[in-house]
Amino acid sequence: MSTEKELITIITEAVLETELCKKIEQLGATGYTVIDVRGKGHTGNRGGDWKESANIQIEVVCNAHLAEVITHTLETNYFDDYAMIVYRSPVTVLRSDKF
Amino acid sequence: MIDPIILFFIFGFLASLFRSDLKIPPAIYDLLSILLLITIGMKGGVELAKQPFISLLPQIGVVLLIGFVIPLVLSPVLRQLGKFKREDAASIAAHYGSVSVGTFAVAIAFMENNSIEYEAHLPVFVVMLEIPAIIVGILLAKGIQANMAWGKISHEIFLGKGVVLLIGGLAIGWIAGPDGITKIKPLFFDLFTGILALFLLEMGLITARQLSSLKNYGFFLVGFGIIVPVLMAIGGVWVGLAMGLSVGGATVLGTLTASASYIAVPAAMRISVPSANPTLSLTASLGITFPFNVLVGIPIYYQIAKLMQG
Repeated sequence: MSTEKELITIITEAVLETELCKKIEQLGATGYTVIDVRGKGHTGNRGGDWKESANIQIEVVCNAHLAEVITHTLETNYFDDYAMIVYRSPVTVLRSDKF
Repeated sequence: MIDPIILFFIFGFLASLFRSDLKIPPAIYDLLSILLLITIGMKGGVELAKQPFISLLPQIGVVLLIGFVIPLVLSPVLRQLGKFKREDAASIAAHYGSVSVGTFAVAIAFMENNSIEYEAHLPVFVVMLEIPAIIVGILLAKGIQANMAWGKISHEIFLGKGVVLLIGGLAIGWIAGPDGITKIKPLFFDLFTGILALFLLEMGLITARQLSSLKNYGFFLVGFGIIVPVLMAIGGVWVGLAMGLSVGGATVLGTLTASASYIAVPAAMRISVPSANPTLSLTASLGITFPFNVLVGIPIYYQIAKLMQG
């Protein structure tokens, strides 16, 4: 049994991990995944080899309405001051009761 | 004779400068800093076990005061002379008010390498200097606001990795005492210099990477990153001698006041004062002040302490 959901991908500074994960849960997501990542972008090279230059990627799967709420919250609170890339993509999930 | 640990720093710096792909894995770097912080904490704790804590209270009070005063003095200087906006001035001031444990470790190694006596309870001062500047920095940046998230901020300050490890080490050293600690001495104390050497290798790699941002921020930061540590070291040495420390002890206190944080403060400021540009303060503390203190500062501060002792 599969259902259409949305996947939100957030790539941002590792220093925000605790705060963002808390916020995402408060907004109603049932879970999230955090991955250590590295790369390069607008704010320069993020080598990821020590905390201050480390990036994380947070993934959340949820319904379209919640995806809207979460991305809006990120936009208003973090886009101005932090290195943050956010994108949404449609995903087909199995066991839809998990989200 | 140049201390080999300094050569490790230069080695890392050059390797990164010439774009070698040499990297210390993040988990190893974490382990190195955990070992350094716990060992420094334990050294202080063992000393606390030997003498009554109450006799150190006046010194601790003075050192706490230094932590509050430095950012209060530096912030207006940065705003007036450096033309930095309020948040950036406050953030840089907080970095310089707080301390660098890496620099402290090099100062201790310098003392031991040259057989200079110093007070063994100095690690306690590291903890004391780590905290006040962060609080002052946040207040300078934001003013007193009714809606400050003090819960979040104090969590960041008192439960940050560095402070927790230092205090944990301090407590373990204090409770176990000089005799109890001998069992774990081989890993923490005997290997200290080797661990510090590897740590400095990584610091060299990181420092060289700050150079690219230096081009964008120019001369003021370079001047600030060198002149301010020397002035603060003179102040620190003077206070150290005035409160009865030995020449070695005053040198270490001077080195502490001269050093700038690059771990605890950047994280706390990033969370609490998001609009401050983190590249500015990190470039100054890590790209200029850290190498300056480690390579030339510490021996100079020792000479200053000897002169002031007269």
